[in-house]
Amino acid sequence: MPAERRIKIASDVDIVAARQSGREVAAILSFSSSDLTVIAAAISELARNIYAYAGTGEIVVSLEERNGRRGVRVVARDDGPGVADIALALEDGYSTSGSLGLGLPGVRRLMDEFEIQSEPGKGTVVTLWKWAR
Amino acid sequence: MLVPILKQGDYLIASIQSSLADADLIRLRDQLVEQVGRYRSRGVIVDVTVLDVMDSFAVRTLSTLAQMIMLRGAETVIVGVQPDVAFAMVQLGLTLDNVKTALDLEEGLLYLNSRAKRGRSGAG
Amino acid sequence: MTSREKRTSGERTTDVLSELVAHLRHNRTILREEWVRRITESRLLTTMTKEEIFAEATSVFDNYVEVLETGSVEALQAYARNLSERIIPRGVDTPEVLGIVLLLRDVLARSLFEKYQGDFALLNRVLDAYEPAANRIATTVAVGFVQERERVIRQQQEAIRELSTPVLQVRERLLILPIIGVVDSERARQLTEQLLRGVRSNRAKVVVMDITGVPSVDATVANHLVQTVEASRLLGATVIVTGLSPEIAQTLVTIGVDLTKMNTVGDLQGGIEEAELLLGYKVMRLTESAASEASN
Ligand SMILES: Nc1ncnc2c1ncn2[C@@H]1O[C@H](COP(=O)(O)OP(=O)(O)OP(=O)(O)O)[C@@H](O)[C@H]1O
Ligand SMILES: [Mg+2]
Repeated sequence: MPAERRIKIASDVDIVAARQSGREVAAILSFSSSDLTVIAAAISELARNIYAYAGTGEIVVSLEERNGRRGVRVVARDDGPGVADIALALEDGYSTSGSLGLGLPGVRRLMDEFEIQSEPGKGTVVTLWKWAR
Repeated sequence: MLVPILKQGDYLIASIQSSLADADLIRLRDQLVEQVGRYRSRGVIVDVTVLDVMDSFAVRTLSTLAQMIMLRGAETVIVGVQPDVAFAMVQLGLTLDNVKTALDLEEGLLYLNSRAKRGRSGAG
Repeated sequence: MTSREKRTSGERTTDVLSELVAHLRHNRTILREEWVRRITESRLLTTMTKEEIFAEATSVFDNYVEVLETGSVEALQAYARNLSERIIPRGVDTPEVLGIVLLLRDVLARSLFEKYQGDFALLNRVLDAYEPAANRIATTVAVGFVQERERVIRQQQEAIRELSTPVLQVRERLLILPIIGVVDSERARQLTEQLLRGVRSNRAKVVVMDITGVPSVDATVANHLVQTVEASRLLGATVIVTGLSPEIAQTLVTIGVDLTKMNTVGDLQGGIEEAELLLGYKVMRLTESAASEASN
């Protein structure tokens, strides 16, 4: 499955573009409309974090197949400051910017699989999967 | 993207027409707050029917909008949240707790009108 | 075939394979016909017409040869899935699919025997190259079929579950959602989606969600229900939860579930009355009106 979209995140407008691209890629599979919205919402949160904490980065949305299930994979990557304390960042309500602190834990609830790699000073990579039903 | 704001009697109605970038939403918030002051409006309706996603930023901005408008003596109603959007919002934990919601524009207006009536009879 | 003698052992397998591929291409028509004959003879794919079987056999055959040639099963995988999508609704099941793939393997092996029986050493090399590839192909098709079947079954289960929780409109703007049975995350998702669509299409203002029929309400279930309530509110509807016993409610609160957003009423009847009040209907209990009449 070749469909892949790569969206540079450098301004607030790119956040809208990223979630629309994600929706388009995912729509190739048999996702329900609510799943498409869920995927778009998750991408929106990750793009937002890139823009807010790293300034720039990218979102890559692609289709993936594993064990006969088809799904969409979202990778959010930046070379920003990294997440200081990953465990804390995954807790509801934890925010270093005085925001709601719901982005990362919420994204984790929205999607089927969630991975985060981050080291202070070395940037952040968040990878998400959602499988079509 | 400009959001048209319609003045209808005591109320202001903002109908979002397409996906909004952050800056557009902030502009909408500031314009509504300013116009509520200028027209001494009693209620504000924000119609989000066309939004296909409401993320943390949108929700936070709408919450502060409602608070700022309340400080000016008016009430905000968010109308038209789509089922799929609501579903994603609650999983993110974005429940828009402090803001009144209604099914659509018609329901939003009915709500504001009933409030106005109650307000009058309560005061009288 | 002079090249055969010059072959070094390292090149052997690929060389043999390309010869094999050439042989299969050359005999494409005969081999396909033979395969279809064997399929019909074995009473496989009985729900399909002869023409349909021949058309599918041709595609499988060509994909088969392609795998031998390129070593890549990707195209075959896609085809197998597509084929499964088409034949599963027609009642074709796993043993049948395995049967036809194994038949093809057999038909091809026999033709190789026939061709190379004069050169036993070469025959052995051809079979050595053919066997693993053929097995890989058989597995790919069978696994593709089984996975597709599982997907279909999952979908059917989902449809059944959807039917099992009706969203009932009892009055204008009032919906009842009687939940019966175990609520896991998947079902909670479905319930919520169904309810939200129902709220929108019926323009409901109040929903009574009756959970009397849910055998165990633990923190996970309760959190799902809280989400359903919150999502409904975002659409402008109020949810009243009935059938949650005070004991369970107490337990949930002590383990940290936030029930403050839940409007709970003891039983379904009480819930409907409360809903009607919210909608502005006057509620009159038969017993009460009888009592007040008696006292007059
Ligand atoms: N890409 C990133 N680079 C550096 N730090 C990050 C990144 N993403 C998240 N963080 C850190 O993790 C914290 C939690 O992120 P999360 O998205 O959950 O909440 P938030 O962005 O603070 O608030 P919200 O998303 O609700 O507006 C952030 O406050 C920030 O400190
Ligand atoms: Mg965030």
